[in-house]
Amino acid sequence: MLRMPRFEVSCPESLPEALALLAESELDTRVMAGGTDLLVALKNRLEVPQRVVSLARVGGLDHVTEQEGSLAIGARVTLAQLGASDLVRRLAPALGEAARSVASPQVRQVATIGGNALLSTRCRYYNQSHFWRKALGFCLKKDGTLCHVVEGGKKCVAAASGDTAPALLTLGARVTLESQHGVRALPLLDLYRNDGIANTVLRPDELLTELVVPAQRPGHRGAYEKLRVREAIDYPLLGVAVRLDVDPDSAVVTDVDVVLTALQAKPRRVARIDSLIVGVPIHGEAFEAAAAQLGLRARDQCHPVANVPGDPEYRRKLVPVLVRRALLRAAGAA
Amino acid sequence: MAARDRHGSGPPFGDVFKVVGTSARKVDGMAKATGEAVFTDDITLPGMLHAKTLRSPHAHARIVAIDTTRAAALPGVRAVITGRDLPGRFGVLPWTQDETALALEKVRFVGEPVAAVAAVDEDTAIDALELIRIEYELLTPHFDPLDALRDDAAPIHDTRERNVSKNVLLEFGDVNAEFARADVVIDEHYSFHGTTHAAIEPHCALARLGADGVLTLYSSTQITHYVQRTVAKVLELPEHLVRVIQPCVGGGFGGKSDPFSLELCVCKLACITGRPVKMLYDREEVFYTHRGRHPMQMHFRTAATREGKLLALDARTVLDGGAYSSFGLVTTYYSGQLLAGPYALDALRFDSTRVFTNKPPCGPKRGHGAVQPRFAFEVQLDELATRLDLDPIELRRRGALPAYTETLNGQRITSNGLLACLTAVERASEWRVRRGRLPFGVGLGVAASMYISGTNYPVYPNEMPQAGIVLEANRSGLVTVLTGSNDIGQGASTIVRMLVAEELGLALDQVRVVAADTDLCPVDLGAYSSRVTFMVGNAAIDACRKLRAKLTSALAAHWETFEGDIVLSEGEAFDRKEPTRRLSLKEAIAIAEAKYDTLATAGSYNTPKLGGAYRGGTIGASPSYSFTAHVAEVRVDDETGRITCEHLYVAHDCGRALNPMLVAGQMDGSAYMGAAEALMEDHDVDERGLHRGPSLLDYPIPTALDVPGLSSLIVESIDPEGPYGAKEAGEGPLHPAVPAIANAVYDAVGVRLRHLPFTPARVLAELEQQRAALEGRRARC
Ligand SMILES: Cc1cc2nc3c(=O)[nH]c(=O)nc-3n(C[C@H](O)[C@H](O)[C@H](O)COP(=O)(O)OP(=O)(O)OC[C@H]3O[C@@H](n4cnc5c(N)ncnc54)[C@H](O)[C@@H]3O)c2cc1C
Ligand code: SF4
Repeated sequence: MLRMPRFEVSCPESLPEALALLAESELDTRVMAGGTDLLVALKNRLEVPQRVVSLARVGGLDHVTEQEGSLAIGARVTLAQLGASDLVRRLAPALGEAARSVASPQVRQVATIGGNALLSTRCRYYNQSHFWRKALGFCLKKDGTLCHVVEGGKKCVAAASGDTAPALLTLGARVTLESQHGVRALPLLDLYRNDGIANTVLRPDELLTELVVPAQRPGHRGAYEKLRVREAIDYPLLGVAVRLDVDPDSAVVTDVDVVLTALQAKPRRVARIDSLIVGVPIHGEAFEAAAAQLGLRARDQCHPVANVPGDPEYRRKLVPVLVRRALLRAAGAA
Repeated sequence: MAARDRHGSGPPFGDVFKVVGTSARKVDGMAKATGEAVFTDDITLPGMLHAKTLRSPHAHARIVAIDTTRAAALPGVRAVITGRDLPGRFGVLPWTQDETALALEKVRFVGEPVAAVAAVDEDTAIDALELIRIEYELLTPHFDPLDALRDDAAPIHDTRERNVSKNVLLEFGDVNAEFARADVVIDEHYSFHGTTHAAIEPHCALARLGADGVLTLYSSTQITHYVQRTVAKVLELPEHLVRVIQPCVGGGFGGKSDPFSLELCVCKLACITGRPVKMLYDREEVFYTHRGRHPMQMHFRTAATREGKLLALDARTVLDGGAYSSFGLVTTYYSGQLLAGPYALDALRFDSTRVFTNKPPCGPKRGHGAVQPRFAFEVQLDELATRLDLDPIELRRRGALPAYTETLNGQRITSNGLLACLTAVERASEWRVRRGRLPFGVGLGVAASMYISGTNYPVYPNEMPQAGIVLEANRSGLVTVLTGSNDIGQGASTIVRMLVAEELGLALDQVRVVAADTDLCPVDLGAYSSRVTFMVGNAAIDACRKLRAKLTSALAAHWETFEGDIVLSEGEAFDRKEPTRRLSLKEAIAIAEAKYDTLATAGSYNTPKLGGAYRGGTIGASPSYSFTAHVAEVRVDDETGRITCEHLYVAHDCGRALNPMLVAGQMDGSAYMGAAEALMEDHDVDERGLHRGPSLLDYPIPTALDVPGLSSLIVESIDPEGPYGAKEAGEGPLHPAVPAIANAVYDAVGVRLRHLPFTPARVLAELEQQRAALEGRRARC
């Protein structure tokens, strides 16, 4: 079994206590929610903190509540809870699908939405044991000076790999970050940076406490498609979330949003797609043609690199397929 | 010699079996389900130290200097060893002893063990590894076997001039003449990739040197006997002072059938420190330990008549052996020898070359050496059937060898249920109405195979029995069975218990099996080549017959009747003629013990003389062969290239199903393992020699959601050689899975897959090529 490095563990009983611990800057500290990502990182010596602050006993972070169609989700809500929630199924179907696609039932039982939103980027050259990375000569993201994905690259292009982020982005989610210095609320999109090493703007003294999914329009539909080797466990090799707003009376598309993940460090919103599909009725061949067009446009904006396992060219070929399928499924799931 | 007697295939008393044929629970099933079972890592001894291995970060390098002083000085460290401390060469086969416990002059793959540390705990041992300084001189590595074969390629083993690990060229019949008279020839290239066993339990070993001078080793091995011999050899100890015990093992599949570095290291460290020492590999280390399936590049040519009669097969194969020999000599033979069946051929030639490369060593994985050529040949037969417009099952039926025959390379076939297997999968899959008629994207494919039930070739030549059993009947009513065989989850001890209960008329709980402890048990060669049920089963029956003779003769004297009238059944003994004369077996044992003194017997088994009269003719020769047929049903997503194996219909001729639940379990497990190899697994290194993902995240094995539907159809041919007619069931059922899936893909979408693994990217590329070709043709019209 892989051993963990030695570190101190703190289990604060309240949010203020947790924030106080994070404010102490002498110890290099990591936050642990479900630990399903952090523990693996510790074992692989990707993280070697002096202290781990566990959120296990911090109350007030595990609510899923609705207010006028808007969803408030505590950061410590598990993916199993989210995946099984009727509120989520009804108000944010893509988020439910994405949550259910993560890892395996056992992992989802402890994995949290906060941890998923803050998941570090992944790379085949980085998410490996210490021995393996040392044999490789390490890389830019940790302990090294080279990037093995992009020859001569000066920037880490490890892939955003959380499944829920693209769904949350299509839903226009906002996040609440708290520290002893106060509360920040920002659009989820602004939480992310396109940098594989530091992919969020979260400060070390901050906690993510809540995610808010604003009320969607009456004819809201959504879907999440995921490319992976196995039907469970695997991280996305490509993830596609779509939001489709449909006029309830005319069944015509009024708005669309498509966000892809597992390509680069930040999930990617596909640009210039409204004109392809807005105004098209969701039943019929015109929609299918529009969905296919949209898929091709998405592909033209994507340039997968060999950061996650598998052939990047294959992932590129799959972009239009997954985009079209997600749109068709969203349209059909009335 | 009694050991070679056949025991007959019928029940010992009357005409119905009491125990055989029931799905009795495994002896350790409940213990494993409740967590009570003790695996090697569960054992902790007083004062025990923990050891860790330092591994090579280079694929090919000369060791210039090793400095362990800082590591040895770290508080908590008790001993540090390097190759110099264990210089004795070993290897599972006596002819190719090219391994050392820790690298001596050179390292030959990334992950090769170089030094080991014993310390008070694992963390200290890990810290100590970081303090060992090694100076390497880098050498050019070879990852491609064809590259390693080039004349100017530097040898990976200095003792050899070239990187040829083994070459076998054999010809039976006149291949060229058969090709000259053929109506059709299919000539294609195929390739099989590397796959590993991925047993759930990582390797673990724990050694203790007792005050009595006995070195005891607990190890997660499937071959206690060879480990005992190797430890004695490398540590230069008399064999009788080495005791090897195999606790519960969490799966082997061939991955625990070599003696390994960790076993030798803990023994040496225990000798140096005088304290028990344990080493547990992590998952990554298991990937480096490997001994998995050899990647093979195969150029196969098949000649046939217009009617589909097979004339000849000409097979050229390059086996990528990795850095060491392991079982490779045998693998090289198996890659050709088992092609002589299950179909009749007039001529067969194979030219197989195993090559050393700078990768984790390959070895035996379930279906050892025969799964890869079986893939190539069964796909080639499908191509032949297409060319001749014949039903692929019909083609195989026409070619099937009969029962009780000899293959052209001199392998004696006894019972043969191949035709029954083909019929079973044909019916179950509704082949006749569905194949070729399913919608685009859905298809059926067939393949068949045969496999050995043990080999008559022990890995070191000797005249002694291959399997031994000792029985002791105790006046408590318990019969204790001592067997050297290794139960690695396949159910070996369960089968032994069932056979003894059947023969002596005991209830199952009156039989206790003590297995795989070299101090207590007679020698058995171990759990490999599908030999255990067959050979140990025969030895058990042999021992039982001797004990039974004592019981029945004592009872006959007691009741003043004839021995032949005594029946032992379900815990009781009675006189068939006068059933009121009835005693419990406990009482019967007491009567026999009073008459004959302490009741113990020994039994054994050895194979009859088998095999062709040519060099290597005994390799692949088995006392009996199992036969298998699969029909695979697949769905191919033509946009993503993803193959979903919806169902595998598996028919396997196991002779007699001594325990149908265990047979079906082996069939299910084999078929699923084969499907996983075809569709997702890939054990490979990158251009630096680094493993592509030595974890169960990056090396995907199927989750419950990825397993196809499985129908395990047991076929019984009642073999005259096996215990009550049984043959093997542990490996044979794997072979056809891979080609059946390939052939089903052809039926589904018309794409011929000749190169493994069938990843979605590869399948999609094939589909695109096919589309381009079709469009090209259309444009030309
Ligand atoms: C076998 C396996 C398969 C997996 N497959 C997938 C998959 O398919 N898709 C996928 O998206 N993920 C996958 N994961 C990763 C992981 O399980 C999920 O992303 C999970 O949601 C992470 O949540 P957690 O609570 O366990 O996070 P943790 O491990 O506790 O934390 C993850 C990161 O977020 C930080 N963090 C967590 N909560 C907070 C907070 N409230 N405030 C500030 N920082 C915080 C931590 O410091 C850490 O850096 C897999 C993991 C495993 C072990
Ligand atoms: S993208 Fe480059 S720098 Fe980033 S983790 Fe991968 S190899 Fe390292």
